[in-house]
Amino acid sequence: MPKDSGIGASSKRREDVRFLTGAGNYTDDINIRGQAYVYFLRSDIAHGKINKIDTSDAEAMPGVVRIFTGKDFEGVGGLPCGWQVTDRHGQPMQEPPHPVLAQGKVRHVGDPIAAVVADSAAQARDAAEAIVVDIEELPAVIDMKSALKDGAPKVHDDLTSNLCYDWGFVEDNREAVDKAIKDAAHVTTLELKNNRLVANPMEPRVAVGDFERGTGNSTLYTTSQNPHVIRLLMGAFVLGIPEHKLRVVAPDVGGGFGTKIFHYAEEAFCTFAAKAINRPVKWTASRSEAFISDAHGRDHVTKIELALDKDNNFTAIRTETYANMGAYLSTFAPSVPTWLHGTLMAGNYKTPLIYVNVKAVFTNTVPVDAYRGAGRPEATYQLERVIDMAARELGVDPIALRRQNFITEFPYATPVAVEYDTGDYHATMDKLEQIADIAGFAARRKASEAKGRLRGLGINCYIEACGIAPSNLVGQLGARAGLYESATVRVNATGGLVVMTGSHSHGQGHETAFPQVIAEMIGIDESMVEIVHGDTANTPMGMGTYGSRSIAVGGSAMVRATEKIINKCKKIAAHLMEASEADIELKNGAFSVAGTDKSVAWGDVCLAAYVPHNYPLEDIEPGLEETAFYDPANFTYPSGAYACEVEVDPDTGRVTIERMMAADDFGNLINPMIVSGQVHGGLAQGIGQALLENCVYDENGQLLSASYMDYAMPRAGDVPSFEIDHSACTPCTHNPLGVKGCGEAGAIGSPPAVVNAVIDALNSGGKKVAHIDMPMSPARVWAAMQG
Amino acid sequence: MTKISMKVNGKEVSGEVEGRTLLVSFLRDTLGMTGTHVGCDTSQCGACVVHVDGAAVKSCTMLAMEAEGAEVATIEGQANADGTLSVVQQAFQDHHGLQCGFCTPGMVMSATALLKDNPKPSEAEIRHYLEGNICRCTGYHNIVKAILAASGQLEGAIAAE
Ligand code: FES
Ligand code: FES
Repeated sequence: MPKDSGIGASSKRREDVRFLTGAGNYTDDINIRGQAYVYFLRSDIAHGKINKIDTSDAEAMPGVVRIFTGKDFEGVGGLPCGWQVTDRHGQPMQEPPHPVLAQGKVRHVGDPIAAVVADSAAQARDAAEAIVVDIEELPAVIDMKSALKDGAPKVHDDLTSNLCYDWGFVEDNREAVDKAIKDAAHVTTLELKNNRLVANPMEPRVAVGDFERGTGNSTLYTTSQNPHVIRLLMGAFVLGIPEHKLRVVAPDVGGGFGTKIFHYAEEAFCTFAAKAINRPVKWTASRSEAFISDAHGRDHVTKIELALDKDNNFTAIRTETYANMGAYLSTFAPSVPTWLHGTLMAGNYKTPLIYVNVKAVFTNTVPVDAYRGAGRPEATYQLERVIDMAARELGVDPIALRRQNFITEFPYATPVAVEYDTGDYHATMDKLEQIADIAGFAARRKASEAKGRLRGLGINCYIEACGIAPSNLVGQLGARAGLYESATVRVNATGGLVVMTGSHSHGQGHETAFPQVIAEMIGIDESMVEIVHGDTANTPMGMGTYGSRSIAVGGSAMVRATEKIINKCKKIAAHLMEASEADIELKNGAFSVAGTDKSVAWGDVCLAAYVPHNYPLEDIEPGLEETAFYDPANFTYPSGAYACEVEVDPDTGRVTIERMMAADDFGNLINPMIVSGQVHGGLAQGIGQALLENCVYDENGQLLSASYMDYAMPRAGDVPSFEIDHSACTPCTHNPLGVKGCGEAGAIGSPPAVVNAVIDALNSGGKKVAHIDMPMSPARVWAAMQG
Repeated sequence: MTKISMKVNGKEVSGEVEGRTLLVSFLRDTLGMTGTHVGCDTSQCGACVVHVDGAAVKSCTMLAMEAEGAEVATIEGQANADGTLSVVQQAFQDHHGLQCGFCTPGMVMSATALLKDNPKPSEAEIRHYLEGNICRCTGYHNIVKAILAASGQLEGAIAAE
């Protein structure tokens, strides 16, 4: 019987009502009296030396308040990078400065050169057209391997080369891996590209800066997944504003997918300019501007080798990856191809020896950073593709080959530095085989063939590390931040609760799911709990939402704070009932004395805490408010098995997704409806990557896919209804809820399933096609079929 | 600047606009009705869909002046008179047809227009009709389901899975 409230119930989302009635409060909906508008004049070339910026004509245009250039930011810090990677030789990565407005050089199309502040957005845009910029165009480096050649133009003149770092993991395994590959009975080698993507949350980025002269306080309203992180980075590293004089608010945010984690120049600009001109300053990105200023994702070029013994056991994996950093280091960029990618290369398999090499490269393109999954999709894709290819080469069943190599004992320490606490990969594969009706595939293939179509079935597994992350561990790995989460639980005198969380919802439904947990713990109605998030002024310092960490880390903090509340309530209840604290039980919203019929209601205990007339004042303080900071002991490891069935039209190369299936193990679920929604969204993004989406630069660094006319977003007709299951459940062993996180799984698990399915379809038609890079556009598929 | 007047959600409104002012900025900036959203600048995403004289229109692609004298309906006017959600709105909540909510106003307005023209659309017809509405969060699964439910075609009312 499905529950109708509390943990495990598919409670309807309370936030929906405002979103469905046009009553949301997104950043662009915020207008402050007297605000001015900024328009950024951006570089239209990929690489150039700025000789002169003449703003005199523009300054005389109607409505112009002030025009800023890099000069105005000379005394101000650059945008900081939050993660330092150490290379194979023990040296720190090369870390170039990232100015708010270009200083001396532009390094990618979209690099901001000047900022025009005017009374209206239209006036600011008009005036920007009158700015005369004398730029000497320099040769640009776009392709990563060319960027590393001797004598290649340098993106940053002060660095020794375009190599950010050359990372080896685990460096001590290198020789043993080389030897295992040399000695292997079979080695499958695959070279592939993980295509560059743009996250494209539907709400473009917006920033509104405000400065209060009376108090000297600054406020920034911004489209962020983590307002506290922005406050820390911008306050401490860019503008030098102490945190108590700076408030950052991220109200309703229209999707993030990673790209709204990072601290961006426009945020610092609006905060800085508001003070400089003593007026609020607002910036709203157009979609075209988003394409050239939001951090991009993926963009790895990889060679992977999988070694097998004569019995088809995996013996070693060796990879070499080139990872594009773009022109500057975005906030968490260095961590994505390293610690979020190398550590996942064991996947679901007990391969004993693994070596991962990553060369991170500067190019004259938009910075690249985390996008849904961040590093984990790249790891999963190459691993699950190479396994599929090995199965094909060896003529064995791809599911059997996977099952044979599954990790089956937990905890399991991988050769790439992480320890999986729990999982059951056979169980998710069993579920998947049920959903997928593999036995019926042959008949479905026949039916497709009768229509002149090729049909393919692709299978794969995935594992991810989320619930990011133990602070001491990530500190050793180069993170310049802790990755705990926080919650303050405030109980009001009449028993209602407000939870102030450092976590942030931009679609994940915290306002509904978090109260379900508290309602379950106390035995009260969910409607008695309200969630406050997104404002540094009224939430404790927290690291925000990404890496599927909200419920695993933020939820755990909330549980800890609530436990403190309950413990205090038990003391109060014991006093009220003149019983021993050890005998007090909390059930269904009432405290009772074990073995008696004495009880006192939740609300009465809360009231006693605020009206402490009959109260143990000598032992405990009045009031009911507790804060907890939760630092996870380990990552969580959701896993699953995915399948895709495609039809390919051999005349056009067009691929249609006939079925998309997912069997996940997310541990315990708080709200299964929300979990399903997260998987659906991830699946569509994964299908987008596999078939449609591609961020393309020409050799001069012009972005060719810079609007929805050219960048193919998945639409309703591109995806099927999904068949998913998350009943396989091995609860996380180290957080109080036993939850693992579900936000990224769909986007991690689906691209290899789609590609494996297309390759299967083509090979069923008698063609020997080993691999096609994503996105598998009709042109690419058709070309592969002609080869 | 030119003065224009129209009816929005049944109420007479007027305001000063430039020739280049789009209907969506008239709604958002002049009238302060921020329920209608802007998600792109190439008329692709559908976050801005409203009804003009009963037809679904991308309000980022129509000049405010062109709506002079028209009857405009926006997301703010969709709920029933007693404040309860319309059938389409309620189906979106019941079936988890929204996550971040940014595409939602356009989705609801498009879905409502679809069901007016085609009260019992098939799944394929729904997916085809939504070609001009992009959602990055839901993968469309539950949007399609919500529209099927709103058209009375999910008998036995399966909750969103
Ligand atoms: S804003 Fe109108 S279609 Fe995108
Ligand atoms: S719900 Fe976020 S874009 Fe559709």
